[in-house]
Amino acid sequence: MRIGIDVGGTNTDAVLMDGTSVVSSTKTPTTANVSEGIARALRDVIEDSGIDTAAIDGVMIGTTHFTNAVVERKHLTPTACIRLGLPATVCLPPMVDWPLDLRDIVGGNAHLAHGGHEFDGREISAFEPDEVRDIAEKIKAAGLNAIAISSVFSPVNSIFEEQSAEIVRSVIPGANITLSSEIGRIGLLERENAAIMNSCLRQLAARTVDGFKAALDELQITSPFYISQNDGTLMNAEFAKEYPVLTFASGPTNSMRGAAFLSGLKDAIVVDVGGTTTDIGVLQHGFPRVAALAVEIGGVRTNFRMPDTYSIGLGGGSLISPPSHTSPLSRGESTLKVGPRSVGYELTEKALVFGGDVLTATDVIVAGGSQDIGDAGAVADLDRDLVAAVQARIMEMIAIAVDRMKTSATPVPVIVVGGGSILVTGAVEGASEIIKPDHFPVANAIGAAIAQVGGECDRIFSLAELSRDEALDQAKQEASDRAVNAGAAAESVDIVDVEEVPLAYLPGNATRIMVKAVGDLVEAG
Amino acid sequence: MRLLYEENIEDIALGAAVLGTGGGGDPYVGKLMAREAVRQYGPVELYTLDELDDDDLIVPSAGMGAPIVIVEKLPAGDDMIRAFQALGKYSGRTPRGTMSIEAGGLNSIMPIYVAARLRIPMVDCDGMGRAFPEIQMTIFTAYGITASPFAMSDERGNVLLMDTVSNKWVETFARSCVVHMGAEGMIALYSATVKQLKEAAIYGTITLAEEIGQTVREARRNEANPVDAVRAAVGGFLIFRGKITDVDRRIEGGWNRGDATMAGTGEFDGQVLSLDFQNEHLAVRVNGEFAATVPDLIAVLDGETGEPITTEALRYGMRVAVIAFPCAPQWREPEALKLAHPRYFGYDVDYIPVEERYRGL
Repeated sequence: MRIGIDVGGTNTDAVLMDGTSVVSSTKTPTTANVSEGIARALRDVIEDSGIDTAAIDGVMIGTTHFTNAVVERKHLTPTACIRLGLPATVCLPPMVDWPLDLRDIVGGNAHLAHGGHEFDGREISAFEPDEVRDIAEKIKAAGLNAIAISSVFSPVNSIFEEQSAEIVRSVIPGANITLSSEIGRIGLLERENAAIMNSCLRQLAARTVDGFKAALDELQITSPFYISQNDGTLMNAEFAKEYPVLTFASGPTNSMRGAAFLSGLKDAIVVDVGGTTTDIGVLQHGFPRVAALAVEIGGVRTNFRMPDTYSIGLGGGSLISPPSHTSPLSRGESTLKVGPRSVGYELTEKALVFGGDVLTATDVIVAGGSQDIGDAGAVADLDRDLVAAVQARIMEMIAIAVDRMKTSATPVPVIVVGGGSILVTGAVEGASEIIKPDHFPVANAIGAAIAQVGGECDRIFSLAELSRDEALDQAKQEASDRAVNAGAAAESVDIVDVEEVPLAYLPGNATRIMVKAVGDLVEAG
Repeated sequence: MRLLYEENIEDIALGAAVLGTGGGGDPYVGKLMAREAVRQYGPVELYTLDELDDDDLIVPSAGMGAPIVIVEKLPAGDDMIRAFQALGKYSGRTPRGTMSIEAGGLNSIMPIYVAARLRIPMVDCDGMGRAFPEIQMTIFTAYGITASPFAMSDERGNVLLMDTVSNKWVETFARSCVVHMGAEGMIALYSATVKQLKEAAIYGTITLAEEIGQTVREARRNEANPVDAVRAAVGGFLIFRGKITDVDRRIEGGWNRGDATMAGTGEFDGQVLSLDFQNEHLAVRVNGEFAATVPDLIAVLDGETGEPITTEALRYGMRVAVIAFPCAPQWREPEALKLAHPRYFGYDVDYIPVEERYRGL
């Protein structure tokens, strides 16, 4: 059996799963000390099901803790950065586009050295070990132990980053070093930013992961535990201490993976309706489609493979502004507004059905008769036309958002999850079917529980020396090897995504290939 | 003369993306370079041509290569300066200032870096009034200003100087040399006197980009319609509002070619638009009839935010607005039109200015 836990900003959800069935689930408030909330959620599902903790094979935890640390500028370790690429890149040094307050906290200790590669694998300049040794001495003298190392086109060749790390370790034994090639893809500033944030977060990660371990120990759970990454795959506890930055945005990913699991669908649109917003994402081969554009975390640009979600201001707490009757020309739906303002987490105090005085989307749904929540009598007098108009407007908003995320006009299944799912009352235009699976409020914890292990390759190949097939094979092999290294059972590894982008404005044939492989976790024991 | 500060650069970058008509590279790296240089060396003096002496020599600066490479192998900065200075040396004259060769994308903004570092004037004009993919596709070619002497430098310190018999030859040689430089070279070309530029250049490029950026920013702040704000700022026409229903991409001769199909919404309900691109947008047809073609400018904007969308980012389901606006009048002279005529890009149609197609609307 597995336990999945999702630590969100408001709630900590947990599910206990036996194979593919949900045995028990719980929602508890997130606590300031994250481990306490986790311990409580664990206790809830274990006591509720009455199982023996020895029967638990693994605990999978999704957390926004590290994202929040960056956003709130808390618990960050001052970190130095060494970039290899001289004489290129000089005019835009590391952390050049960071918000100043964050750069101050991190220390702005940046160094440039020779090295780096071209897109086709040639060296920009020769690697100079003495230069890196001198830099390491300076970093040591500054009293820093956390270091990020980046090198131009290190996704093509990471050798200089590795050699530098060795030298830094010889000068600063036990240094906390992050190589950009281990965590990011093409886009030097963005990848380097992620590497710096990773080293910044490692101390916090060690404490947090140890706290998770303590919470499990307290409940005598001896199984291994894992942390979910933003691509919907898992890392083990030791790996999570090394790469905390890979947890960024794992929340929406888990929710979509949970939706895929609950519905049994691999290709679908997921509509996650919350209290204030609705997030729409796309499942492709069972994984979230990845955003093409840069994503900012706490004001810092990164290029993580974040799920491509589109958010609209629609949720259970959305305020309803009925059409105004002052103008004879403004009739009906044209001036009716649903959201984006919302009562949010105060829904259970402010909505009419809960004794409040604010007309919310939830009130309208109750008045429509499809749900029995709170005091239905409080909304019995709502204008029927208004109720119908609001329901139609909600479905229209969802339909437009769903359509925006589709890749073709072909109707696709739509899976509805999240606490606000009651808002979806009819058919969605462009959807082949609407699925509201059981356990929809805890889809995110389920997504954590069922996660697999993955590996990626993102490189530019020159098709002058390789055929396209050879290049694709190389990329697939590299991604598979990485999945196995991360803990996947070799025989279960599958290629789930291949993307090819030919390089524009260039004669000749260079192409960027991105491959993702996933596999099942090697079972303990 | 006026000064360009950090705040101006943000607006210029957004406007440059509109004028990039889908191509020209993401202005992000150029914006950072310009911003950092202004932070370090102080604001840049932006001159109009009238404020300079007719004999002053102006040398445009630009980057060339694959836009995806520049986000990884960030420029040295020295490479731009080196190309600029090498050209002056070869010409035997010290350039008075620099300018943008194109109005759209990365290259419209990178010369600000050169101007800041060398503390020389930036001239508020350019050679295209838009973005085009090839070196010879400038108004200057039509006015007999030569791309040669041409200097290209890499971060290592290599400098290539070319003196060619035509501007097209610069394109041919430079395009293959840039691959050896790692698909990224910094260039200086089309040096010209202020007198020549007064005749040939397109005036007010930086100011126009800045106004577009400013307009969008203000429209967003006032919750006004940013698409309409852009359209008004460029004196253009709303060609279409709709949803992208299909995008087809292919690589032809190293170019990123393709077309997008859109279904109309609102007042355009029931209409179909098709948009062709080759790095930049080339032509739009509504219900099969041409609505705008090169050299006029065609921009695709996010229907809600007014944010310009590059051809790489076009995707099914996006709600967009398509606007078209007149190219600089110089493009419509016979010599210039030959370089950027719809026929040069393979369309067997006459060029009809967009405002003639939309007269009275």
